[in-house]
Amino acid sequence: MRTCPFTCDDAPEMSETPTIPEAYPRMVRPLRGRIVAGVAQGAAAQLRLDPVVLRLAFVLLSVLDGLGVLAYAALWMFTPREPNEGEPPGRDWGQAAAYGVLGMALTAFGWLTGASTGGVGTWSIAVGGIGTLILWQQAEPGRRQRWMTDAVRQVRRSWIRTGMGLLLVVIGAIGFLAAQGKLAEARPGLVFTAVVVGGISLIAAPWLTGLWKELQKERRERIRQEERAEMAAHVHDSVLHTLTLIQRNAGDPFEVTRLARSQERELRNWLYQPKADADASMAAAVRRVAAEIEDEHGVPIEIVCVGDCDLHDGLRAMLHAARQAMVNAAKYAEAPVISVYAEVEAEEVTVFVRDRGKGFNMDDVPDDRMGIRQSIIGRMERHGGSARVKTGPGEGTEVMLTMKREQS
Amino acid sequence: MVKVLIVDDHRLFRSGVRAELGPQIEVVGEAEDVDSAVAAIESLKPDVILLDVHMPGGGGQEVLRRVLGSGSSVRFLALSVSDAAEDVIGVIRGGARGYVTKTISGRELTDAIVRVSEGDAVFSPRLAGFVLDAFASSEAPSIDPELDSLTTREREVLRLIARGYAYKEIAKELFISVKTVETHVSSVLRKLQLSNRHELSRWATARRLV
Repeated sequence: MRTCPFTCDDAPEMSETPTIPEAYPRMVRPLRGRIVAGVAQGAAAQLRLDPVVLRLAFVLLSVLDGLGVLAYAALWMFTPREPNEGEPPGRDWGQAAAYGVLGMALTAFGWLTGASTGGVGTWSIAVGGIGTLILWQQAEPGRRQRWMTDAVRQVRRSWIRTGMGLLLVVIGAIGFLAAQGKLAEARPGLVFTAVVVGGISLIAAPWLTGLWKELQKERRERIRQEERAEMAAHVHDSVLHTLTLIQRNAGDPFEVTRLARSQERELRNWLYQPKADADASMAAAVRRVAAEIEDEHGVPIEIVCVGDCDLHDGLRAMLHAARQAMVNAAKYAEAPVISVYAEVEAEEVTVFVRDRGKGFNMDDVPDDRMGIRQSIIGRMERHGGSARVKTGPGEGTEVMLTMKREQS
Repeated sequence: MVKVLIVDDHRLFRSGVRAELGPQIEVVGEAEDVDSAVAAIESLKPDVILLDVHMPGGGGQEVLRRVLGSGSSVRFLALSVSDAAEDVIGVIRGGARGYVTKTISGRELTDAIVRVSEGDAVFSPRLAGFVLDAFASSEAPSIDPELDSLTTREREVLRLIARGYAYKEIAKELFISVKTVETHVSSVLRKLQLSNRHELSRWATARRLV
């Protein structure tokens, strides 16, 4: 039945017409890809399921009272073959063998547990199993499809594996029958059950590994996407924001320099510095203090840190003293750059704050100026450390702070 | 006159450096990637090459490998915006005689080029810090004690560089001559390049991964 009017040859919507599914398409048995007669494939197309699900369902039902075989035969008789011209394509015997083996394994299992004798319990298992198969297949058809074709391809490719699996299952089944003959000899029964399970897992192994690999791949993909998103978010939050601010402050050179410098520092920390907690680690804390002074006073501070350790009260006091030294250098030295060097050694921690500015004469500093005497030297000594100031007019200034690493 | 080749993939940066360099320096050419750099070094025969670390075609390390690998004794000074220990230690181990960051002033860069052309080493404060850090974290037994550790004097010199001292200031501080300071720095450079301690490279890589 064609719904398209005969003028459709020229109509623009022509290309869409064939994609509209007919309301009740007739079920046919396709020749391409069939394993026995194409019944499962035809029915699967009808139900929009994966043929693998229906094939497994037929196998399962055949094991239980042979109903699957009956249903298959009936459908075979009442379903027309798909019209096909020329040589019909060959069957995929690899898959046929795989399903055969599965059927045999299930039969063996049924004998072992006595499930194949029928009864309500058995039927509920069968219905539940088929239902689960359908649900599982419907969950995400695209991915399922990939797993399935992967698994089938691998099974097909590895004849040896299939052969070995088959052998194990056959041995298991024969052994099981023999054990049944001898009656109630539980141990060989168990042994051969193990053999059967081994055979099944041998068949299923490629499928399971495929599944695992797929999961790993997806996980990696997700991590990569998260990283990309984090990067984008960072660039947006910091760099773009700063660029906007710089444009807005284009007339103020001090502000532009400050913004550019603070953005550069932030980006460098993000790119090159190990992520560290500024409240817990000495090197990170020195960097943070220097960054604050830089932002406040607009003088670039070059920081070099060697080693790192956890902070304690003495070191926190030292950070305050170092901050005061940096503030002094930024405010009074008139130097283009301040150098800060922090070294953590086995016994002690040293911080140097140095500028090549105008320097001063220590003796000329009035007694009421608390900056150097109290905030730097006094504070260090109260916490068991020491401070030394080296300066002179025109010579620049260097403040050296030392603190024991372990709090005594 | 020191003949210099500038290798950097940013045109603006190349012209900026050209304009800043002092009269003792003659810029004989520029190159913007690994292949053109190798070709220019062969044809122009510069004394010193200002080498960017990150470039298309393998970066500064690839230029070092191809030029120094062919037996040339031309001198390299690495110039980069990167703060990554991996990059810094990488180019030094690759054969560069110094490492300075792009924030360096024109006058300091001129001094550094002259110093490298005379066969000395140039360490920025950051490089000095990296070296101190790398040699301090040596807990594994060293294979060659002479190469794998720094002398007290070398440590002192590096510490002063890290504190922002110029060579002249270091000489004054330690009561030694500038020439002696240069000798110590060159000796540290040699250790840095020749030490087999694979820990050094591993340290640089690990620092980035923390």
